[in-house]
Amino acid sequence: MRRERPDDRGRFGAYGGAFAPETLMPALIDLERAFVDAWEDPGFRGDLAGLLADYVGRPTPVYHAQRLSAQLGLDLWLKREDLAHTGAHKINNTIAQGLLTKRMGKRRVIAETGAGQHGVATATACALLDLECVVYMGVKDIERQALNVYRMELLGAEVIPVTSGAGTLKEAVSAALRGWVSSVESTHYIIGSVVGPHPYPWMVREFQKVIGEELQEQLHETPDVIVAPVGGGSNAMGIFFPYVGDSDVLLVGVEAGGFGIETGRHGASLGEGSPGVLHGAMTYMLQDDFGQVLEAHSISAGLDYPGVGPEHAYFKDEGLVRYVSVTDEEALSAFHRLAVTEGIIPALESAHGLAWIIREAADLAEATVVLNLSGRGDKDVQQVAALDG
Amino acid sequence: MAETTGRDRLAGMFAAAHAEGRAVLLPYLTAGIPTFDDSVRLFRAMADAGADGFEVGIPYADPLMDGPVIMRAGELALEAGVTVDRALELVKQVVAATSKPTLVMTYVNPVLRRGIDTFFRQVRDADASGVIIADLPADEAGPFLAAAESSGLGLALFVAPTTDDGRLATVLEKKPAFVYAIAEVGVTGERDEASSNTEHLARRIRSRSDLPIVFGVGISTAHHARSAARHGDGVIVGTAIVRRVLEAASVDEAAAALASFVEELAAALRSPLPPD
Ligand SMILES: Cc1ncc(COP(=O)(O)O)c(C=O)c1O
Repeated sequence: MRRERPDDRGRFGAYGGAFAPETLMPALIDLERAFVDAWEDPGFRGDLAGLLADYVGRPTPVYHAQRLSAQLGLDLWLKREDLAHTGAHKINNTIAQGLLTKRMGKRRVIAETGAGQHGVATATACALLDLECVVYMGVKDIERQALNVYRMELLGAEVIPVTSGAGTLKEAVSAALRGWVSSVESTHYIIGSVVGPHPYPWMVREFQKVIGEELQEQLHETPDVIVAPVGGGSNAMGIFFPYVGDSDVLLVGVEAGGFGIETGRHGASLGEGSPGVLHGAMTYMLQDDFGQVLEAHSISAGLDYPGVGPEHAYFKDEGLVRYVSVTDEEALSAFHRLAVTEGIIPALESAHGLAWIIREAADLAEATVVLNLSGRGDKDVQQVAALDG
Repeated sequence: MAETTGRDRLAGMFAAAHAEGRAVLLPYLTAGIPTFDDSVRLFRAMADAGADGFEVGIPYADPLMDGPVIMRAGELALEAGVTVDRALELVKQVVAATSKPTLVMTYVNPVLRRGIDTFFRQVRDADASGVIIADLPADEAGPFLAAAESSGLGLALFVAPTTDDGRLATVLEKKPAFVYAIAEVGVTGERDEASSNTEHLARRIRSRSDLPIVFGVGISTAHHARSAARHGDGVIVGTAIVRRVLEAASVDEAAAALASFVEELAAALRSPLPPD
């Protein structure tokens, strides 16, 4: 069963909760209170709806990808989050949390970023709302998403390189949480996905579910299948949530298969992980026998994460969503395919969703399939060019 | 006569220091730093220099409460193969070598991975006296307190400068072995100034409970320790110890540095500032 909100311990079934240093606990409780209050306030909703319409450009279109549909023998629709301001769904969450930051009377924001999309979206919201902005980013991601680093700086944000571990999203989230422990009295942490301690997974889902709600209005039939990439899980949660529990729709979350599941170098936390506590929540994660967090691997910085939002863990156990994976290579080939057939360069994250559709096309024959095109690929062009030689 | 439990040993440690009119000194060191075999020697040096007990850190890959120095120590220990099992082996050796009440410090996931009850049983079998879990707030502590109870170990719970009165009552209600009072808003790491939070925090806790109060986070010098000890029953010194070990050119040098630093800390606690 889908739940409108987590239980009073912040749990979705066995998953979620808040495992955080005591220093942060009061801020998490204040945040929940502020969020509930804002979300029930038509004034807040109105301000947010206004910015989403006029600034972000919502509703984003649903586009019928006719050439690719014909090639694949199915009916493919793209939910165009790539056309949202700054080029990904991340902005839905950052504008809302930015407004909430102001409402809580805080002037400073920190955020983590992997692909840089959440960092850019946070820097954008902060510029718009006149908030100070600091973004933590792993050194490996700074290298592979260089364009987004400069975009954040242009927007007035400070980017702090995180050198620990593999220098990817996991370390960036850890560094942001540590930074928050030290600045919690003045600063709000805008987390970038449906991860982290309660109330973040619930709150970010509420801010992202606009994607699925729009789709319900825009598509005049109930689709057979909805596909979305899953890193932390926010774009997938956003498009799935209004459909969860509808037995006519197959919901498919596509995780990073990296070099191949059998190599052990992947980001398939739901497919291959086990329950544990990562970044403040009980969820599926990649870990060793001693409970040490393992490094993930993906070609896509936004999917290169050894955990996943706790509500996805709940959906997996309840059988409400099917979670699968595709490899780096499959994603790369889907990236090129969409570019040449539809004139759309997708984010490598989104290309994972398309890759699964391409692989399963025979089984999906004649079906109406919606892909959440979570972001545009400009940020990835340099990396892909280097890979293609 | 019933066997002495870990929790009893902690209580005995606080009572003995109390009888001398002073606070206890609990140095922290990550297990297996600088090497597994040399770590025991460092704990012995600290015991000889006047430590009352120890906190031994199980190295963890994502320590959300730790600053760069303890993070670095954890990374080094993990690279050297210090697993949870190896860390507990070390705890056993430390207790055998020093006879000091010893706390195991960890994060929640290694405990869950093993199973809460199994973990606490293994900690007890390593002759430790208690457990500190940095990312375990009182709200989620139920099963951990139950496991501590059945294994006779003391579990510490945290209070921070940001903790409001409602949460403070929740923590104290659970009757932890002691209150770990976080002296600074921030992660572990050295600070220039003595904490300005200790007096107020202690007053808020004392007015509601007589549980022992141990201050930790940011206590970096003998002066800081003395200042915190004025209001609490104990102090934990972590980064200032770990940094000395990481900076030493040899184990001999590390042992000498810890001996003189711990001696200085212990002396400071034996000549506390008069209460104002
Ligand atoms: C375009 C795009 N899609 C997907 C993701 C993955 O995040 P999530 O699973 O939270 O949507 C990212 C993350 O950076 C992204 O930039």
